[in-house]
Amino acid sequence: MITALVLSGIAAHLAVSVLAVILRRHAAATPVTYGLSAVVSAFLMAVALIRLLGGGGDDPVVLPLGIPWIGAQFRLDALSAFFLAVIALGGIGASLYAIGYGRHEPEPQRVLPFYPAFLAGMSLVLIADDAFSFLFAWETMSLASWALVVSQHRDPANIRAGYVYIVMASAGTMALLLGFGLLAGASGGYAFADMRAGTLTPTTAAFVLALALFGAGSKAGIVPLHAWLPLAHPAAPSHVSALMSGVMTKVAVYAFIRIIFDLAGTGAWWWATVVLVFGAATAVLGILFALMQDDLKRALAYSTIENIGLIFVGLGLALAFRGNGMSAAAALAFTAALFHVLNHSAFKSLLFLGSGAVLAATGSRMMDTLGGLIHRMPLTAFAVLVGAVAISALPPLNGFVSEWLTFQAVLLSPDLPQWDLKIIVPAAGAMLALAAALAAACFVRLYGVSFLGRPRSDAAAEAREVDRWSVGVMLGLAALCLALGILPGLVIDALAPVSEAMVAGRLPAQATTAWLSIVPVAEGRSSYNGLLVFVFIAATASLAALVIHRLASDKLRRSAAWDCGFPDPTPATQYTAASFSQPIRRIFAAVIGARERVDMPPPGDMRPAAFAVEMRDMVWDGLYQPVASGVSAVADRLNRFQFLTIRRYLTLVFAALVTLLLVLAIWP
Amino acid sequence: MAVILDLVVQGLQMIVVLALAPLLTGFVRKVKARLQRRQGPSVLQPYRDLARLFRKEAVLADNASWLFRATPYLIFAATWVAAALVPTFASGLLFSWSADLIAIIALLGSARFFLALAGMDVGTAFGGIGASREVMIASFAEPAMIMMVFTVALVAGSTQLSTISAVFADSDVGLRVSLGLALIALILVAIAENGRIPVDNPATHLELTMVHEAMVLEYSGRHLALIELATSLKLLLYLSLITCVFVPWLMAPAGAGAEAYVVGLAVWLMKLAIGGALLGAFETSIAKMRVFRVADFLGAGLMLGLLATLLLFVSRSI
Repeated sequence: MITALVLSGIAAHLAVSVLAVILRRHAAATPVTYGLSAVVSAFLMAVALIRLLGGGGDDPVVLPLGIPWIGAQFRLDALSAFFLAVIALGGIGASLYAIGYGRHEPEPQRVLPFYPAFLAGMSLVLIADDAFSFLFAWETMSLASWALVVSQHRDPANIRAGYVYIVMASAGTMALLLGFGLLAGASGGYAFADMRAGTLTPTTAAFVLALALFGAGSKAGIVPLHAWLPLAHPAAPSHVSALMSGVMTKVAVYAFIRIIFDLAGTGAWWWATVVLVFGAATAVLGILFALMQDDLKRALAYSTIENIGLIFVGLGLALAFRGNGMSAAAALAFTAALFHVLNHSAFKSLLFLGSGAVLAATGSRMMDTLGGLIHRMPLTAFAVLVGAVAISALPPLNGFVSEWLTFQAVLLSPDLPQWDLKIIVPAAGAMLALAAALAAACFVRLYGVSFLGRPRSDAAAEAREVDRWSVGVMLGLAALCLALGILPGLVIDALAPVSEAMVAGRLPAQATTAWLSIVPVAEGRSSYNGLLVFVFIAATASLAALVIHRLASDKLRRSAAWDCGFPDPTPATQYTAASFSQPIRRIFAAVIGARERVDMPPPGDMRPAAFAVEMRDMVWDGLYQPVASGVSAVADRLNRFQFLTIRRYLTLVFAALVTLLLVLAIWP
Repeated sequence: MAVILDLVVQGLQMIVVLALAPLLTGFVRKVKARLQRRQGPSVLQPYRDLARLFRKEAVLADNASWLFRATPYLIFAATWVAAALVPTFASGLLFSWSADLIAIIALLGSARFFLALAGMDVGTAFGGIGASREVMIASFAEPAMIMMVFTVALVAGSTQLSTISAVFADSDVGLRVSLGLALIALILVAIAENGRIPVDNPATHLELTMVHEAMVLEYSGRHLALIELATSLKLLLYLSLITCVFVPWLMAPAGAGAEAYVVGLAVWLMKLAIGGALLGAFETSIAKMRVFRVADFLGAGLMLGLLATLLLFVSRSI
């Protein structure tokens, strides 16, 4: 019943997609499409929450579609229900926002039909219960999002982004296809139930891990498979960017969890080392690159890479604990990762929607043309500020809670018996802490340059607050960030059935602890109470304001800025995005491949001095370029086979046949 | 009844840290002045400065936003709450479980986040330079601090400060290499976080060398007073943190009698005085370093912290 409800919701998404094609050029197309998408997402959210909180069976559904004798199998279990709720949350937010924001779209017919299809594809991935439906839904999601990435196709940069994206998405799907092939084994049991029942040899399992990391990791943005992400996510319209960054990367995380935690069996402990190393590297490199971007949306896209790294570190810890039978610790690490999934989808959606509002109000997303928006767009500025504090992992907002839980999991890891893990886990913990501190730097820069200071362009000086739908959604998401931060116990309890199913352990129930604190392990060990911290800060700040205004002085005078006595009225004297990150760029120059070139003419020479910073993405130069040129070189060679005579073709076919038969004959 | 008593002790702790913070700042200044063979202002001078600033009218730049006005209150509140949660003369306070050491550090991080934003709000070059350098310093200091927390938490089996100090007061812990490294890391971080020499100079008026002072350049009147008070509170917090973790002796345990509290208070004041005198002596004997050397300074702290944590992962008894 409950799976059928989800399927009907997905069918409704597809129906909205068809409706959008029919309405096409009608003025009502935009509000109708987005309004209905929001309604359907809300329905899916309700279904997901009923399954997650209410429990109940998995209740599989088999439709007579897909591969013969297998059919298309669907099932909504606790894990799918949690991710479905995350997707529906992002869907509701982005759809309501787009009712207002979508009016700025120059060619809505290029966006509207694909938007509900994108939502449908993502939801379908989550309930797929066999490899064929999974890959079908995965490709639907990829293609629909590709169409959205290239919707503003007149910009050549977007076309290039779309090209890189589709190549990476195809490679990722290929890896998943091969991974499912290995899981299914020679008997070809493509239903997930068959895969779960099967056992893998250690070598096969290792290949499954590599393929899952490549397939899901390329979609999620694991370094070094991230290169497409900062190109493609910003290219789409902002509400779609929010969905791609906030939600689609979570579908990739789901795919990884489903394959590695569920289908591939218990696995070996060393899997954790691989996941931890990739996760930690992704976190630090992602945020360092985010710090170097001048483009608002591109900085946010790189920050998504960082957050994916944090999630994978949590999952790696969970694998390490599970591989050693420490189920309580595994539950803590796994819950931390899932909590961060939810948190990231909330604040990253909020921040992308905020960048969309800035883009709509000023026509620019380059930070160095903005400034002073806090005066012109007060509500947007407030909501984005909340998002920036949340993503910087600062209390009392939600980003801190998942960070804190991950640290608590790291502190449980000295009990792990393996030496490799004993070395890697603390190093990964240090990387996490570094990434969190750099994230704060990144968002001080992002917010300070674009929203504070003085306007750097006329467009920024004359910006207007955006429409009510957009502002409402952003404020709603900001409130959600606060609610998740001060009431984390509710989320942890809701996640208990998921961790029970995946790592065979759960955190102690948090609903009964005093004052709504969270106590992940034991009372004497660690506890955190976001609600009290928030109340204390709010109370102390208001008390201080009240006392000072009453007893000391409440006089205020406006005057020119002091600036050490020499205020300069030109906005160009302010710190820019590039100058703000200059110290960090210098320190990490070797890591991020930044090179500064200063051309200082000798005294007497009238030539102006010049300064240039060169950023080279080493992953792009070192990995993608060689692969791309290798592929084209091979393709050039193979090209000759297109101009052969019929006799040679026949010879080739015969030779191929003989070779294959020989292989079969010698095969053990 | 017990709850009321706990509440009183907790409230007392909040008031004591707030009341003593400027005194500690004045004391450190006095020590430095005497070491430089100057008379120096009275140790009470910070109180007079604060009182004067509080009474003055606040001058705001024309384009300062609401964030600029709200930030001093937020910084003060976050720092005060953090300082109130660090055990000083007594451990096991009523609300000590509401935030552990990681959360206390993160609270200070929140305060810094807003201060850096406020530095950029008016849109002057000085605010930008201060904010940019502050976040650069913080992006090394915070991970080093977290590593130090990992070290003590692994030894004590808890991230709660009250539990940590109780475990460390127990002589079973003994001298350990890892704790020694963690102490050095904590001191390096504390110097950087409080903007002391050699990282930053709290007394500077030379614009190009300053970090913290550049960020608060546009503040005046009561806003400046709150920020100064928060800075003093932060110094007190770090000194209390060092004493509570590494020299936790004679701290009153939860529910102790009035006598224990008095002893705890007197001993804590002595510890603070020693810590403040050492800080003043250290600052007098060293020169400020270039901004880009700070990364090496704090990088050393980060590496020591990581090394200490690694040692504990290798063996619980090192």
